[in-house]
Amino acid sequence: MIDVENLIKEFGPKRAVNGVSFTVRRGEILGFLGPNGAGKSTTMRMITGFFPPTSGRVRIGDHDIAEAPTAAKKLIGYLPESAPCYSDMTVNGFLRFTAELRGMRGAQIDAAVAKVAGLCFLEGVLHQSVDTLSKGYRHRTCFAQSILHDPEVLVLDEPTDGLDPNQKHEVRQIIKRMGQTKAIIFSTHILEEVEACCSRAIIIDRGTVVANGTPAELKARADAAGSVHLRVRGVAAETLKSKLGALSVVGRVQLQDNADGSLSARAFPRDKSTRADLAQSIAQTATQSGWSFDELHTEEGRLDDVFRAITLPDSVKTRE
Amino acid sequence: MNESLRNIWTILKRELNGYFASPVAYVFIVIFLLLNGFFTFMLGGFFELGEASLSRPFFNWHPWLYLFLVPAAGMRLWAEERRVGTLELLLTMPVTAAQAIIGKFLACWAFLALALALTFPVVGTVYYLGHPDGGAVFAGYVGSLLLAGAYLAVTVATSAMTRNQVISFILSVVICFFLILAGWEPVTSLLVRWAPAGLVELVTGFSVMPHFASFQRGVIDFRDLLFFASVIVFSLFGTSVILRGLRGA
Repeated sequence: MIDVENLIKEFGPKRAVNGVSFTVRRGEILGFLGPNGAGKSTTMRMITGFFPPTSGRVRIGDHDIAEAPTAAKKLIGYLPESAPCYSDMTVNGFLRFTAELRGMRGAQIDAAVAKVAGLCFLEGVLHQSVDTLSKGYRHRTCFAQSILHDPEVLVLDEPTDGLDPNQKHEVRQIIKRMGQTKAIIFSTHILEEVEACCSRAIIIDRGTVVANGTPAELKARADAAGSVHLRVRGVAAETLKSKLGALSVVGRVQLQDNADGSLSARAFPRDKSTRADLAQSIAQTATQSGWSFDELHTEEGRLDDVFRAITLPDSVKTRE
Repeated sequence: MNESLRNIWTILKRELNGYFASPVAYVFIVIFLLLNGFFTFMLGGFFELGEASLSRPFFNWHPWLYLFLVPAAGMRLWAEERRVGTLELLLTMPVTAAQAIIGKFLACWAFLALALALTFPVVGTVYYLGHPDGGAVFAGYVGSLLLAGAYLAVTVATSAMTRNQVISFILSVVICFFLILAGWEPVTSLLVRWAPAGLVELVTGFSVMPHFASFQRGVIDFRDLLFFASVIVFSLFGTSVILRGLRGA
């Protein structure tokens, strides 16, 4: 549904987006990650037709956003970053206005507004002026606007920003449910959100895509991914280190004393091929040596480790 | 109804409601009517003139009255959208920039037309006291409305230039002031002393004054209509160029 091909955007001499390409199919939820200023919002603005790209193409369904903007825009629901609303209107008036611009009429508008007001918990404030709403309500009003016409493509720029934990959960549920039949792309800073609802994630840094895969694939790229964590009691540090280090599948071992007196060991696989047997052999060693252990598990890797590793802040990069 | 007309109508309705949702509309109308009354009856010397005509005491003041009031009414049209960020929302809807520009312009113009229509007691007065030339009164109103439209189109363009309403206001006052001065008699008579006739004509050609003056005399001339129409079309087209530039094209 969304085809982005080699998108480039220059603002004067500065290149904000530098050759971004990806596709989002129907039924996919794509998480769009990246540090501030990486070009996420600019990319989304080009996808929704607000900014024309310096070069590159965006196709929404069968329509090129540059050649047939109106037809393409009809398929899109868009929540801009700051969730702007017309502050001089009531929630109801605002939603009806956007419904009309989406080409709905009469009873269709009533039904659509009632439906999204229910979905986004806006019934209580429908006749209140947008001016007087709290940030969370205003955000949900703008979100309601984006799903009002049941679009095939949803582009959401930080949809859960500024919401409380309950509201975040609700919005995530809505996104997940809609993701079954639509193509959704949403940007976020919250990495758990990506794990919770995305079928795929893209990390972008300085205008280029630096990672593209399922959340599980991305997590596997973490340093700690595939290592085994063992927590024991009453075992000398040297014994633990030498016994684990002697195993043929183990590459290196890190030890750490815990506050409660137990000792943690993290064993990394020697190479990728030994990853699968690692936990098994460590468990055997531990039982044979008669260690009493509280915990033994394989690390999945954490998304924010991956994120940090591939999007180092400027200061670190220049120092290198 | 065709789709683009429907979009223009939707945007027009929203803008017009926006005026009446706040006290701005009422304050504007009251001030407009008070100033009109003051100029007509006090400064214009409506009664002392002793003629059954609105040209001198009433319409004469409109270029100056509109100079401040029209930019005040139109300054927020785009500047506010830019400041709040709703511009992004509006232009990612299945609406073209041209439809949005026309919708907003027509909304504000309709509002100004309403304010102008509320000056009807002046017309009543002049009819009560004498026998004015109905055609001249009608032509005066048409000219006044077109004059407001021309100023408004300029304001729409300056409003798109900035997210700050005050800057938009000042810019449009300056431009509209030029549109007056270029053909205002005291200025042209200065110019005539040293400039070649061709130049004087060129500068005067930019001014709204000679065109408005013929409406005041009761003449609706095609050339005057064309002048106002071209100022409006040119400014609105300029607005679309400014909006495209904003988005970094």
